[in-house]
Amino acid sequence: MPPGISASDFYNILPELVLTSGALVVLIVDVLLPKERRGALAWVTLLAIGATLASLVPFRSTHVEVAQGLLAVDQFALFFKVVFLVAAAITVLMSVRYLEIEGASPGEYYFLILCATLGMMIMAGGIDLITIFIGLETMAVSFYILAGFIKPSHRSNEAAVKYFLLGAFSLGILLYGMSLMYGLSGTTNLRVMAAAFAGQETDARLVLAVILVVAGVGFKIAAVPFHMWAPDVYEGAPTPITAFLSVGSKAASFAMLIRIFLEGLPSMGHDWRLLFEALAIITMTVGNIAALTQSNVKRMLAYSSIAHAGYVLIGIVAGTSRGITATLVYLFIYAFMQLGAFAVIVGLRRADVAGEELKDFGGLHARNPFAAFAMLLFMLSLGGIPPTAGFMGKFWLFSAAIDAHYNWLAVIGVLNSAVSLYYYVRIVVFMYVKKEALGSEPATSPTLAVVLGVAVAATLVLGVYPRLLFELADASARTLGAAGVTTSLR
Amino acid sequence: MGEAIAFYFIAACILGFAVLVISTKDTVHSVLFLVLDFLFVAALYVLLGAAFLAAIQILVYAGGIVVLYLFVVMLVNLKRPPEAHSDPHRQTRLGFGMAAAVIVELGAVALYSTGKPVVPLASAATAAIPVSGNTEQVGWLLYTSYLIPFEIASMLLLVAMIGAIVLAKREL
Repeated sequence: MPPGISASDFYNILPELVLTSGALVVLIVDVLLPKERRGALAWVTLLAIGATLASLVPFRSTHVEVAQGLLAVDQFALFFKVVFLVAAAITVLMSVRYLEIEGASPGEYYFLILCATLGMMIMAGGIDLITIFIGLETMAVSFYILAGFIKPSHRSNEAAVKYFLLGAFSLGILLYGMSLMYGLSGTTNLRVMAAAFAGQETDARLVLAVILVVAGVGFKIAAVPFHMWAPDVYEGAPTPITAFLSVGSKAASFAMLIRIFLEGLPSMGHDWRLLFEALAIITMTVGNIAALTQSNVKRMLAYSSIAHAGYVLIGIVAGTSRGITATLVYLFIYAFMQLGAFAVIVGLRRADVAGEELKDFGGLHARNPFAAFAMLLFMLSLGGIPPTAGFMGKFWLFSAAIDAHYNWLAVIGVLNSAVSLYYYVRIVVFMYVKKEALGSEPATSPTLAVVLGVAVAATLVLGVYPRLLFELADASARTLGAAGVTTSLR
Repeated sequence: MGEAIAFYFIAACILGFAVLVISTKDTVHSVLFLVLDFLFVAALYVLLGAAFLAAIQILVYAGGIVVLYLFVVMLVNLKRPPEAHSDPHRQTRLGFGMAAAVIVELGAVALYSTGKPVVPLASAATAAIPVSGNTEQVGWLLYTSYLIPFEIASMLLLVAMIGAIVLAKREL
């Protein structure tokens, strides 16, 4: 073995290796299978995800740096990896029927989903700017292609081109900020960087770097004013991909954000906290107000997802161990309710009906009581009504903000939740009160039923018994660089 | 001092050509300005003592990628104003003269350097860098400390390749 890398490093990246091999196997099986039996690829993909999840088990309490500080294998990364893999599995289950209807080839589709997941896992584990950037790029390129996967659809093409152009531009800005960080500290490792910046007086160039990185990351989490791409891309992309994009990509970007700012730039905490505070307020408010007028449910959920990025930013601004815990908990809970809501939309998709408009939900209760009940639950959860998981998540976020003396941030958050209830409940009204069955008969498939069942169960169970999740998230938040979390009380 | 002057000159050229890339109306001109831009970026690498990166920058970006751009631009036949084809100001003689000058220069360099030992260009400036050459250093870092990001980059390239096939092929 050459210096700089050892056999144990390869053991520590076992989950990534398993996932990579799984992705390559999917690609090979795709060629071997006859064309009409390629639907079976979904099971190969699920097997790869399951194997990766299983390979995470030996790393329950590992806390090491791999390859001289390029990647960290710790509980923080582990928590996010579980979120990504679960989201990927649910996305695959959602896609089975959707791909049949759209007539798209499944091989490359599942391969790209696995590669996007790989990129996310690298992002969550990266404690070096180089690793983080390569992970981000892998995820982003996969999503550019997935967004445009339905080639005959103009909206899908538009989504891909928009996402690609704006995404490439934002990556450039992020990279500019990163290069300034590197230039000023002389290292790309975030933990060494934190030590180099500690005790230094604020440098104007470093402030510029922080602003650029905030802008780059802000694009990825779709925070206002970097959100312009989100509604168009979410609406145009294939629905399962929209779901994965709004859950996986967002969670991975938050993991990257926490790593860069809390591990790498704790000394600049005052500056970036101020920026994120402003971003959180604008993001919540603009997202919710824009969502009020949408008639396309996918577009509405896009704005709602923008608003949720604002809520999650509250936890980052608080910056305490409790705030980070709340951020992790919220991202976990958000994954299930958001994926579930998109699964219902996928269920409404038929060969001749898009099933994305508000009127398609008219009288859904009479046609499919379970789908209507599931959607009701997801909407209440997204709005933050007890006893759903969304309530627990928001409660924890806002109480973390009050804990860190950001009282009015919590007040704005609560006010925004109240506003958001209007458009969430509007869907419920359409499903339950409107008698005329405007929409189509929702086609149920076993895989979609599994998705809805899992999401409903998670939303209910985590709303009633969230304790285990809190403990796990708390343990994960504490494994972050100790300097970042503890010194941030204002 | 000299280094600073060189840096600011090169940086100004990079920015200037970048502006020209997006402000010229003719696509072919835009691509040619891009080549110049890449060449100056390569010069910046030389200034930093990264001769290998500079060579790669010229070979891959200025040489490979931009030539592909040119092919595409000429193949897709963008609607250009007709006068671009019959340019009254076309300096045919000057063009031939410049090409001849380049050939003479190349010949002179070849004549001058035959039979002489190869002297590393930056031998004085890069005394601080240890004995092993630029290429070895890059290779050593890539295959030891940065092996894992390097491997992930291979997956990234695979994704890009598959993506290009997916998007470009009519029937899979």
